[in-house]
Amino acid sequence: MSARDDILGGIRRGLRRGKLPEEAAAGLAERVAAHRRNLIPARAAALDPAGRIGLFVRMAEEVQTTVARVASDEAVPAEVARYLAAENLPAELVLAPDPALDAIPWDVRPLIAIRRGRAEPGDAVSLTACLAGVAETGTLMLVSGADTPTTLNFLPDTHIVVLRAGQVVASYEDGWDLVRARAQGAPGNSPLGWPRTINLITGPSRTGDIEQRIQLGAHGPRRLHVVLIDEPGSSANAAPRG
Amino acid sequence: MEPTSHSFPANARAGLADPVLQRALGLARTGFPLRRQQAIERLPEFEELREAGRAIKDHTLAHLDFYLELYERNVIAAGGQVHWARNAAEARDAVLNVCRSVGAKIVTKGKSMVAEEIALNDHLERNGITPVETDLGEYIIQLRHEPPSHIIAPAIHLMKEQVADAFRAAHTGLDPDRPLDEVRTLCEEARTILRPQFLAADVGITGANFLVAETGSSIIVTNEGNGDLTQTLPRVHIVVASLEKIVPTLEDTATLLRLLARSATGQEFSSYTTISTGPRRPGDIDGPEQYHVVLLDNGRTDLIGGEFHDMLRCLRCAACLNHCPVYVAVGGHAYGWVYPGPMGAVLAPALVGLGEAGHLPNASTFCGRCESVCPVKIPLPRMMRHWREREFAQRRSPSAYRSGLRLWAWLAQRPALYHAFAEIAGRILGWIGRERGRFRFLPLASGWTAVRDMPAPEGRSFHSLWAERQRGGAKR
Repeated sequence: MSARDDILGGIRRGLRRGKLPEEAAAGLAERVAAHRRNLIPARAAALDPAGRIGLFVRMAEEVQTTVARVASDEAVPAEVARYLAAENLPAELVLAPDPALDAIPWDVRPLIAIRRGRAEPGDAVSLTACLAGVAETGTLMLVSGADTPTTLNFLPDTHIVVLRAGQVVASYEDGWDLVRARAQGAPGNSPLGWPRTINLITGPSRTGDIEQRIQLGAHGPRRLHVVLIDEPGSSANAAPRG
Repeated sequence: MEPTSHSFPANARAGLADPVLQRALGLARTGFPLRRQQAIERLPEFEELREAGRAIKDHTLAHLDFYLELYERNVIAAGGQVHWARNAAEARDAVLNVCRSVGAKIVTKGKSMVAEEIALNDHLERNGITPVETDLGEYIIQLRHEPPSHIIAPAIHLMKEQVADAFRAAHTGLDPDRPLDEVRTLCEEARTILRPQFLAADVGITGANFLVAETGSSIIVTNEGNGDLTQTLPRVHIVVASLEKIVPTLEDTATLLRLLARSATGQEFSSYTTISTGPRRPGDIDGPEQYHVVLLDNGRTDLIGGEFHDMLRCLRCAACLNHCPVYVAVGGHAYGWVYPGPMGAVLAPALVGLGEAGHLPNASTFCGRCESVCPVKIPLPRMMRHWREREFAQRRSPSAYRSGLRLWAWLAQRPALYHAFAEIAGRILGWIGRERGRFRFLPLASGWTAVRDMPAPEGRSFHSLWAERQRGGAKR
């Protein structure tokens, strides 16, 4: 008997039944396919879009994410230049090769040196877009892909994320629906359309492992900076509903 | 690791007498419960979520075979591989074989209690592979050659001076006179030392907080980012996880995630919650080329449908540890194995046997705080009592204890006799202790009187006073 058979057999013995009958299995498959939501806290779900954005910013700042609000893509390079200077960081960025960042006119700040690709050791600052911002806990949702390498989220010391107001959703469950929609849009509806990684990021890296004292920048980025573009619905990534 | 749970009494005494450990535990004793309480107060739906979480776990366990098969199909569809392991040896070999297949020399590790349970590090080292713990707490205890003392904060038993000593001894390439008296400098040094290891690793091994059947995903919940660097940079990612980590859907997972960080550290959400599904996709420019999951049984299926079934709901949040008066007094090492505190008191006897771990379910006053803070409402005291019952039935408890219990049971089944005995004993002790009102020494009660006075009874039992009152008699 294979280990697999032994283990499944052991489970069924414990449950005092054999393999599930077809009908019961179909019922469970339906439950999974329907993926019904359980209770969603009212904290974010009861808010209107402006309220959600306000909550997102408050919750993010609580965990030492810094948030800068700008009016449009055109204003992003100036904000990034300001931020890098204020934090005494080199004017060098590695950017995700993500079409969602294409509208940003980096040539208005030609002194910022930009490379597009994955992160390499020695990269100080990365800049990425994201799939959504979850207002409930000030959490960013990023998915991996050919245009969105995950090393950008973890290797550099500083991670800058461009978030559009229309991308702010209430709950993680709203985020899952966005990932599903994106995966279904993938060629051939292959399971490979599902991203290798979904990162839910809530603040910079931290540890409390020594004497319970919180220290930022354990292994991941020390700084997480969100540039929030106050243009709802301006991006293809905007949330389909509230 | 070889369990030392059989020495719990001696281990506990050593822990109580250790001033550095007591200082370290003092920091945790108030911190964790306070932060949890604050987080819960901010979420009015927390109690409802506990009930929803319990229901999700119960539903999953009742159909665990279905969900495991669904999970496996989805891992494979995403390009991953699943290895089923009945016991620790099969799990270790599965991991070793994958490492050997890619000629691995260095393996980075995210924190995993299951990996501790199967003693993975020793096995890799014996076979010429170097495991590098990357979670800061795990890294520190790896340097000190000791096991973790808490399931989410492995170095909770240490003060920063001990960490500094360990770093000075191990990081010999650095200036021996460098100052290491601040937590900040220690964390910086760990970051600097470990970064090259992340980059050099051939294989990254993590545990999983959850396995999602709907998508074939593994989930790690961390704050440091070490787990993400471990599973993204190397060519191969291996997940080691036990069967009961399965959750049906992403929506179910979100419910459990809302319970987990608040119960564990009092955070709203951990810094990094990562859902991973298979190896890199065609076109991806980073990510592992291979993704393996080792599914471990090691005694879980034996618990299904039995007295300890509910233990399989455990999320490994450590709330029970943080609120247990015994754990915060003696520390995790006293429990002698991977899982300490109340959850260890139930799980360890199941996994390493009652003969080895029988002391653990006895190291409890049944105050019930563990059950009251458990995010999925596991009846821990009840299950500890089941272990005590089994101990009694198997004649493992000391004979004086068994005789005493038998005598008490004989009396308790004869209420008239019990009341008569209690009344007589109460009157005698009340008369002897009438001057002082307490006993500093009492035969047969030295377990009590060795450390505190026993109050003297008033002299009359409640039953006799009540009967008198009912008859209309005078008050005492």
